[in-house]
Amino acid sequence: MELRKPEVKDGPPRVALRNNPKVRSTFYQVIVLLVVLGCAYAFAVNASANLRAQGFASGFGFLGNTAGFGINQTLIAYSETDSYGRVFLVGLLNTLLVAVVGCVFATVLGFIIGLARLSPNWLIARLGGAYVETIRNLPLLFQILFWYLAVLGAMPAPRNSIGLGLQPILMAIGDAFAGLGLPAATVEIWRSLATWVGPPDVYINNRGVILPQPLLGEGFEWVAIAFGVGVIGAFALRIVARRRLDATGETFAAGWIGLALIVGLPVATLYALGVPLSFEHPQLRGFNFVGGVRLIPELVALLVALITYTAAFIAEVVRGGVLAVPRGQSEAAQALGLRRSVILRLIIVPQALRVIVPPLTNQYLNLTKNSSLAVAIGYPDLFAVFAGTTLNQTHQAIEIIAITMAVYLSISLITSVLMNWYNARMRLSER
Amino acid sequence: METTFVRRELIAPLPPPLATRGLLGFLRWRLFGGVLNTVLTLLGLLILLVLVPPALRFLLIDAVWSGSSRTDCLAETLGRPVGACWPFVFAKFRQFMYGFYPESEQWRVNLTYALGVALLIPLLIPRVPYKALNAVAFFGAFPVVAFFLLVGDVFGLPHVETRYWGGMLVTLVITFTALIGSIPLGVLFALGRASKLPIVRMLCVIFVEFWRGVPLVTVLFFATYMLPLFLPGNWRFDPLARVLVGEVLFAGAYMAEVVRGGLQAVPRGQYEGATALGLGYWRMMGFVVLPQALKYVIPAMVNSFIALFKDTTLVLIVSIFDLLGQLRAAFADPNWATPVTLFTGFAFAGIFYFLISFAMSRYALYTERRLDTGARR
Repeated sequence: MELRKPEVKDGPPRVALRNNPKVRSTFYQVIVLLVVLGCAYAFAVNASANLRAQGFASGFGFLGNTAGFGINQTLIAYSETDSYGRVFLVGLLNTLLVAVVGCVFATVLGFIIGLARLSPNWLIARLGGAYVETIRNLPLLFQILFWYLAVLGAMPAPRNSIGLGLQPILMAIGDAFAGLGLPAATVEIWRSLATWVGPPDVYINNRGVILPQPLLGEGFEWVAIAFGVGVIGAFALRIVARRRLDATGETFAAGWIGLALIVGLPVATLYALGVPLSFEHPQLRGFNFVGGVRLIPELVALLVALITYTAAFIAEVVRGGVLAVPRGQSEAAQALGLRRSVILRLIIVPQALRVIVPPLTNQYLNLTKNSSLAVAIGYPDLFAVFAGTTLNQTHQAIEIIAITMAVYLSISLITSVLMNWYNARMRLSER
Repeated sequence: METTFVRRELIAPLPPPLATRGLLGFLRWRLFGGVLNTVLTLLGLLILLVLVPPALRFLLIDAVWSGSSRTDCLAETLGRPVGACWPFVFAKFRQFMYGFYPESEQWRVNLTYALGVALLIPLLIPRVPYKALNAVAFFGAFPVVAFFLLVGDVFGLPHVETRYWGGMLVTLVITFTALIGSIPLGVLFALGRASKLPIVRMLCVIFVEFWRGVPLVTVLFFATYMLPLFLPGNWRFDPLARVLVGEVLFAGAYMAEVVRGGLQAVPRGQYEGATALGLGYWRMMGFVVLPQALKYVIPAMVNSFIALFKDTTLVLIVSIFDLLGQLRAAFADPNWATPVTLFTGFAFAGIFYFLISFAMSRYALYTERRLDTGARR
């Protein structure tokens, strides 16, 4: 058998054109692109044909048309004669209201439950675990409908409203004492204490929750300005203290003084101006309440469901974050002689936060997206008033759904851009 | 003279102090150690006292177990406080399970459930052999059989339109379709996202991030109102099928991210080894990388199935009546309008959803522990 002598050539090896990786990859990508563009083209052709056949208008001109329907909660002035563009704005603000309030309370509740699960107290840890398991394994829409239909629907009419506050609790304790057959004097103590506390300021009934309304007096804007100055001052102080620490090694309680600035400056301004702030307390007159602000039951149900649901997920995030800090970190800090509060503030929290913050933002995003379930109970959020009512009236499905999706998508993208920035900043600089 | 002392045998260790062991130690350290701890325990007991006895009273002790109409569940008729009105659930049970699927054809639904369970259970137990065959039967053959069984119009089975479907049937059909549809879609887009071809990668990133960035409700609206406009006008598109398309796209995007995590967990050496053996892209992925990657992400997949299962409830917003939708419809029945009807219905549906989700999450934990053994040294 004759062996062929291998040919030795200079330069890169010659391969057939169809085996050239560059050619192949370009070829496949061109095909994929053509398929995608072909589909898009077919969709566009079909859409225009269908729209012509159905005789509905297209384009964004409808945003200027008169909406003609009412909205039961508006943060900005709105009437039936306003345009669909205004409806969009009202819905967007209602969505943002739920998102912001929901995120704040879900964070607080989530941290409490997450830390409860880590508690050395057996009972509290178990209760935290039971809460998380129960809430996480039930669909959110189920919970929203439960709060709306079953709980708030079962509330009494306004004239029998349930008051939420210290007084009803004290009265309940008094009643319990009376029920146990304890001496009348002890019962009387609780009752008189309840009378001394006075009627509660928060009421709940089947038409929603009634809260005291803050009335801003003359010159209240100065308090807001003072608050802004306080925040800026606190940040400036922090930077200065940090520089000094780096330069000289001397510490300075910038945190406490900053807090004093943020809280103290507005409070001082408030008193300097003679307290231009008062609360209008709700009062039952006949069949309904006079004064105070009423939160519609849809808002209350949606908020309660979203907060309790998201809090269960945040609790898991918090627990994971704290457990992610190795035990050696706190042991080493103890060995250095740091106090418990200092260990928590300087060793545990910063390291746990690095783990907690990215999934926490994810939960905020989920809460915002989940707020679109409002449509199921009729809370007028962006989705309900725009993709719901406006779509029904104008039949411009493509434009309306595209706008709605674009809003949620931009919220998501902005958040993830911020998150990437935060992650890049917080990344451990390893060797 | 001996001046040093060397202990010849070890002395037995002292028992731990009594107060850290047993019931007493448990009480002392985990419940009543210190003021704060005691206060927390009392608070916990108070919470239990407020929640548990009323719940038990409602669900069992005060509950009504037999009856035929609302009058059997009224406190006036019974002369005692009334808990859950279970006859309401019994009366509506068929509706909760099948929707308005014709009664004479319900055996087809039951047969489908039985087939599904018979194929699923051996698949979930690791020790049962013939996994590949089982998987092909469950993910490949079963959907086809189930489709013809439920829809009918073949082999002399009468056609049942999807508008008669409802209740748990719809919940499970949507969950299952989204589940088997999302896996191939997710694998495809995860591979695309990890691909070296820039245009393919970009398209996949856009697809995945788009569906992940919008709420499911908008996806369902998109599928219901917008998708028919994009298709030729003479195509008749079933409402349930539209929702299924939306759910599959949505679930596929989330699945793509799960699979991507698995692909990243496969060590580089595996890719390089496969390339060195002369395997092409598809063989390398199919025989070497994906089997490992998918194994890593089984727990994450089960978790996203739980989310999928819970999210099926959203279809009631586009007027497809799954279990929650049927529940809501049943509340409107004046024959059963009592003060406890709502709570009873929610208790029933809550137990149903909880049991399935909880079982799935326990299974995810179990597989996680089982699969962990390879990585743990």
